[in-house]
Amino acid sequence: MSAASRMRLRGLVRKECSQILRDPSSIAIAFVMPVFLLLIFGYGISLDAERVPIAVVAEQPDADTAGLEARFDASRYFAPVYMSDLGQAEEALRAMRVNAIVHLQSDFSRRMRGPGGAPIQVIVNGTDANTARLVIGYVQGVWQSWLEKRAVERGERLGAPLRIDQRVWFNSELRSRNYLVPGLIAIIMTLIGALLTALVMAREWERGTMEALMVTPVTMGEVLLGKVMPYFVLGLGGMGVSVAMGLWLFGVPLLGSPWLLLAVSSLFLLAALGMGLLISTAAKSQFVAGMAAIITTFLPAFLLSGFIFDIGSMPPVVQAITRILPARYFVASLQTLFLAGNVWSVVLPNAAALAVFAAVFLGASRRMLRKRLE
Amino acid sequence: MWLRVYALMVKEFLALLKDKRSRVVVIVPPLVQLLVFGYAATFDLNHIPFAVYNQDPGPESRELVARFTGSPNFLRVADIAGEAEISPLLDSRKVMLVLNIGPQFTRELSAGRPGPVQVIVDGRNSNTAAILLGYVSTIAADFSAEHLRQSGAYAPARLEVRAWFNPNLESRWFLVPGIVGLLTLLVTTLVTSLSVAREREQGTFDQLLVTPLKPLEIILGKALPGFIIGFAEMTAIVLIATLWFHVPLRGNVATLYVGLFFFLFSSLGVGLMVSSLAVTQQQGLLGAFLFLVPSVMLSGFATPIANMPFWMQRLTLVNPMRYFLVVIRGVFLQGTPFHLLIPQLWPMAVIGLVNMTIAGFLFRRRLY
Repeated sequence: MSAASRMRLRGLVRKECSQILRDPSSIAIAFVMPVFLLLIFGYGISLDAERVPIAVVAEQPDADTAGLEARFDASRYFAPVYMSDLGQAEEALRAMRVNAIVHLQSDFSRRMRGPGGAPIQVIVNGTDANTARLVIGYVQGVWQSWLEKRAVERGERLGAPLRIDQRVWFNSELRSRNYLVPGLIAIIMTLIGALLTALVMAREWERGTMEALMVTPVTMGEVLLGKVMPYFVLGLGGMGVSVAMGLWLFGVPLLGSPWLLLAVSSLFLLAALGMGLLISTAAKSQFVAGMAAIITTFLPAFLLSGFIFDIGSMPPVVQAITRILPARYFVASLQTLFLAGNVWSVVLPNAAALAVFAAVFLGASRRMLRKRLE
Repeated sequence: MWLRVYALMVKEFLALLKDKRSRVVVIVPPLVQLLVFGYAATFDLNHIPFAVYNQDPGPESRELVARFTGSPNFLRVADIAGEAEISPLLDSRKVMLVLNIGPQFTRELSAGRPGPVQVIVDGRNSNTAAILLGYVSTIAADFSAEHLRQSGAYAPARLEVRAWFNPNLESRWFLVPGIVGLLTLLVTTLVTSLSVAREREQGTFDQLLVTPLKPLEIILGKALPGFIIGFAEMTAIVLIATLWFHVPLRGNVATLYVGLFFFLFSSLGVGLMVSSLAVTQQQGLLGAFLFLVPSVMLSGFATPIANMPFWMQRLTLVNPMRYFLVVIRGVFLQGTPFHLLIPQLWPMAVIGLVNMTIAGFLFRRRLY
């Protein structure tokens, strides 16, 4: 790089920096947004259901039904409401005041002693299928513990023929926060990276300053570099804030190397900034660029990155689409780096994919950016 | 008055639709995204890769393995011969679950003692891991029941589970109506909040203020295009949801549209409020974004509001999306009648009214 080119680049970066300082929204995007979003998501997103309201209907209360009810009371997953009438319970289910009904018919005690045993009717509200499955699982747990307690009390052998020992690796307590926070950092950085740069080129076009730039000796490569450098620094700052919050506020362990984390994040940030620049260069108006940036980053990063929905369960066509999202690779790398350590077989391919994205996006922006007017 | 509002509305539509790029960006992505997300958004796992480490030569362990292999949720990709092979498979994410059956399994079972089984899952994604463990315990419960039946024993009580409104518990039925709300919110909020910010940045908003238009008329002229786009987009999306994804629409369509009206009223109100604060489009975009992201994440779209800490549940009360999701899911899956949804409608009306009032006030006061 020649001395003149370095000087021009320095000028461009300085101009960009004073523009960033003038309108505080860029700094807000880089530093305030990660704090705000991590706080909201870290506390707000949880799939762990506890104290689920359910209706327990015993048509003929006696010692047997009371024994089962006591198990529901003891479970931390349920907040049972006792009702004597099934119609009343069904109404509560329809109005979504309870998530499920456990119904013990009037002949419960009698049939318990007969062949085949007594039925326990369970009706769940299936609207939220995932919660419904969890509730069914919890009911099974309560039922099983009731059976065991009963068997012990009567001196019988335990009924269950399987003894399942569950091990959850990398996150032994299944703390959803441990996996959510690395994923959230990836999503937040996707948003920040694209938002930071999505408007910068379009703004130059819209305000006519791009034409002014064209008559100067700067090359378009220098313009691009001048845009990337300041926002890269801002983005890394935001990343630092997010990681610090993850480690010290949410208590997520970082088992991998911080330097590797920095390297992967830098690659990802280049890809994200490149995508924003590409949108900005192609759109030429801030309105279109802004819409496009939000539409192409936020929902895809949230829904398709494997952060909340499992990629392996999606149909092949959709899985193929997820491959063109940088966020997917970043989510996988961060989850591994934080929770499993430096697993090269995961980190290297993902980092390579991120490098390819960075090269493609920045290269495409460079190609589209010509010293030419339409 | 209506003539002036109409004129402003026509101008808004022209500004939005005359440019090919902005036309495309308003119409195409929401429809494409519904198709993609409709397939992507499901909590139901299938073809989970798993490995079997079966140390037991007996028939009972083969029976247990067959139950996993036969389930559409699981895909057996590896058989392991030693303890040391477990960790590389899990580390590299080749499998998500390892089924480790102890050497004494069949012997213990036939002696009437519980057979030892170890299940190791990848907890890096704890949500998937929790769902996975649920599947495992269902298979285990089936196996146990079958085994007990064969040995002539029976439990004194058994569970008979039924699910109302969604008998097969397909999470897609729950998530697709949610996406309808999501995309409608996204497009309408962006269109309104960026349109005022653009006028401010380009200086044409000052010109608008010196015309005979009153703040109320400006708000109407800016909000009505959002309403029309929202209604059109929602209609298209609902058609895709019912005809393509076969999500049952059990309730009254009119109820759905009344709900949509209140929802658009409130979300456009927020959009206008945001844009009345913004001076540049970048600020408008940031503002829209700071409203959109939390309102999606904290709406109960993917994770239930009931799971949040109490103070955060309180916070969601100001989120219009929260109410609309109850309406749209109720109408779609439960056929909820109108009168039961009124408690969801009036909060949206209040949110919309408050925000529009603030926006009207700020339009006059905030000049640069």
